[in-house]
Parts: sequence; structure tokens; C-alpha cells
Amino acid sequence: MSINRVPLDIHKIKVPRGEVHIVKDRCKGCGFCIEYCPNDVLALSEEYNTKGYHPPEVVKPEHCLNCGLCELICPDFAIWSTLKEETEPIIGD
Amino acid sequence: MESVENKEKEEREEREQRPMETLLRMDRIPHIWCPGCGIGNAVTAFIVALQELDFDLNKVCVISGIGCTGRVAGYIKLDSFHTTHGRAIPFATGIKLGNPDLKVVVISGDGDLVSIGGNHFIHAARRNIDLTVILVNNFIYAMTGGQVAPTTPETAYTTTSPYGNYEPSSNVPQLAESAGANYVARWTALHIRRLTQSISEALQKPGFSVVEVISPCAMYYSRINKLGEGIDMMQFYHKNSVIKHGEPTENLGIKYQKKIIVGKFIDRDRPAFMDSFKNWSKETKS
Repeated sequence: MSINRVPLDIHKIKVPRGEVHIVKDRCKGCGFCIEYCPNDVLALSEEYNTKGYHPPEVVKPEHCLNCGLCELICPDFAIWSTLKEETEPIIGD
Repeated sequence: MESVENKEKEEREEREQRPMETLLRMDRIPHIWCPGCGIGNAVTAFIVALQELDFDLNKVCVISGIGCTGRVAGYIKLDSFHTTHGRAIPFATGIKLGNPDLKVVVISGDGDLVSIGGNHFIHAARRNIDLTVILVNNFIYAMTGGQVAPTTPETAYTTTSPYGNYEPSSNVPQLAESAGANYVARWTALHIRRLTQSISEALQKPGFSVVEVISPCAMYYSRINKLGEGIDMMQFYHKNSVIKHGEPTENLGIKYQKKIIVGKFIDRDRPAFMDSFKNWSKETKS
């Protein structure tokens, strides 16, 4: 994502940064969270959980904006995000 | 050393505490639904809607019948009732009439509510009893092995229609509208935020409200029809859902692998059953 023009109220804007929590043993590897994460934070991991599925792993933790879509789209209640901090927007992030 | 371990354990438990878990029976999770099934999404939408609405949770009651979606009553940490096949709405009617202060929600599947409980569905809508029905439609009887259901689209294969289904499928929003429901909406398991909003509206609406949730069935419907896994069905919904609020319900029949019209179709104010009853008893007394 690149911004060509700096918004006038940029000093007022805070960007939320989220932290993703995954309960790996509850995951059934359906891949909904990986497919529908808007910032492609997640990817399918190589490891197996106790049921033999591949749970997702966080590959770009700095891109999570705590939108909470993974929490809503997960049918197994196995993933959610919490607000870690609110940072200044980075131009050209 | 021990205190460090305890602290780590506490931190881990705190981290594993999901905001939604206050409304789930965590001793029963992981649930029995297959990978790629959309029923979990419907449950999530219901829980989020309930948390946002700030109802008294001691006065919310969840009823379900038999089937995959019938398991919902066992996973939600509210007063819940797992009833006989097709009879979720009669049980819910009884609960509502016995204690009108309760908020009664029926979460069940298409085979349970439209097929064997179809008659009860029609009459609850006709009486306009104050129920919220969340109907999870996966086009098949999934728990018993993938038999043809009244909602199975024409030409779809199931285990009991090996040459393709030749029966016309039932159109649930039209059925609900013609029988007299106050609120009718349809979403897929992918439209999770709109579904949450719709369930929230339905919970606040007096009278009979129906929210149909179209859900992928990865193990039977899409496997027999070679439509891929749950994620492929979700991508199909992503590409082929058309949002049309207020669409006349006769256009809402689902054809096999064609466009699915979703949205809020009916929002009207017929008098609910308890109001008519109170007015009637006043009239007869005076």
C-alpha cells in the first residue's frame, strides 16, 4: 500500500496493530482465515497438530490491523486477534 | 521456578481465553462439525450479535432440533434445549407461551425445519409467534449420510439421488413470507458481518423472524457433486452472491451452482401472537 499524498490530519490518525492468537489443536485446517485475511498475515504451516491438520501460522505479524475478520470467519473458534498497540501511520507501509 | 511456570500458565490461559468463550461450553469444544463446514460461522454471528445487543442472558433460550445444526444447542452456554426431529419450533412455541419474558431463538437446519418440521414452520409464521429462527441451509441431510432434502437444488447429486435430483426445491424465504413471517433475510456463511447485523435485527424484531444462512457442506454436498472443499464453496459464494434488498421472494429459488440472491427481503409489522392475544382477551372481557 502506498500513499501518494500525505493526509492533512495524519497527526490525529492512530493505526491499530493487532496480535493474532491461534489455538492450534482446535484448528481443522479449513483455510478460511488464510484465504480471507485482508492483509495476508496468515499462511498454512508445515507442522501438524494433534488431530493431523495443518494449522495456520502468522507470517507477517506487523501487518495485522486487528480487524477481527479471522475471529468471525473461523468455524472452529480457534483464532482471534487482540489490540497490541496503536501506532503512528507509516507512509508507504 | 514454580512461580515462573505458574505465571506462564496463567498468561497462556489468559491468551487462550477468547472473548466469545463466555457464551460457549468450552468443555465440548472442539465441536463435531467437519473441516470447511459453515455452521460454526452461523454460531459465531449469533454470539457476536447477542454480545452486542446487551440482552439479559438469563432470559435467552436456544432451541434446536436434530441434525448437524441441531448440535448448536449443546455448544452454546445459555439455557438450551435439544429437541426431537423437526419439533424445535413446537418446543419453542411452548416455551414462549409458558414464559413470554424469554427471548426464544431456534437454530436448526433445513432438513429439520423445512422438511420434517415444515408444517410447524408454516404455522408458527402464521401465528406470528415471537421467535427468531436461524435456519442453516446446507442443501442436504448431512448428519445421516447425505440424503436428498427439500432444499436440494435440481440436478444436484446426493446419496439418494444418484442420477441427479429431479424434484423442484423449496424456496424458504417465499415460504416464510407467504405464511406470514415479520422478518425474512438470507445470507451465506461468508457474509459474516451482514449476517451478524441481520441476526441482531431479527432478535429485536417482534414476531416471527427468519434468517436463512447458506452454509457449505464440505463432506457430503460438495464431495458428491465434486465442488471441492469448504473453501471452494466459500469462494463460489464470494463470486456468485448478489445482494438485493427487498427482492420479491418468488425470485429467490436456488438453482444448482447459479447466482444466489442474498439480502433482507421482508421487514413488516404484523401484530405478534402475544399482542393479539392480549388485545383479544381485553376485548372479550370488556
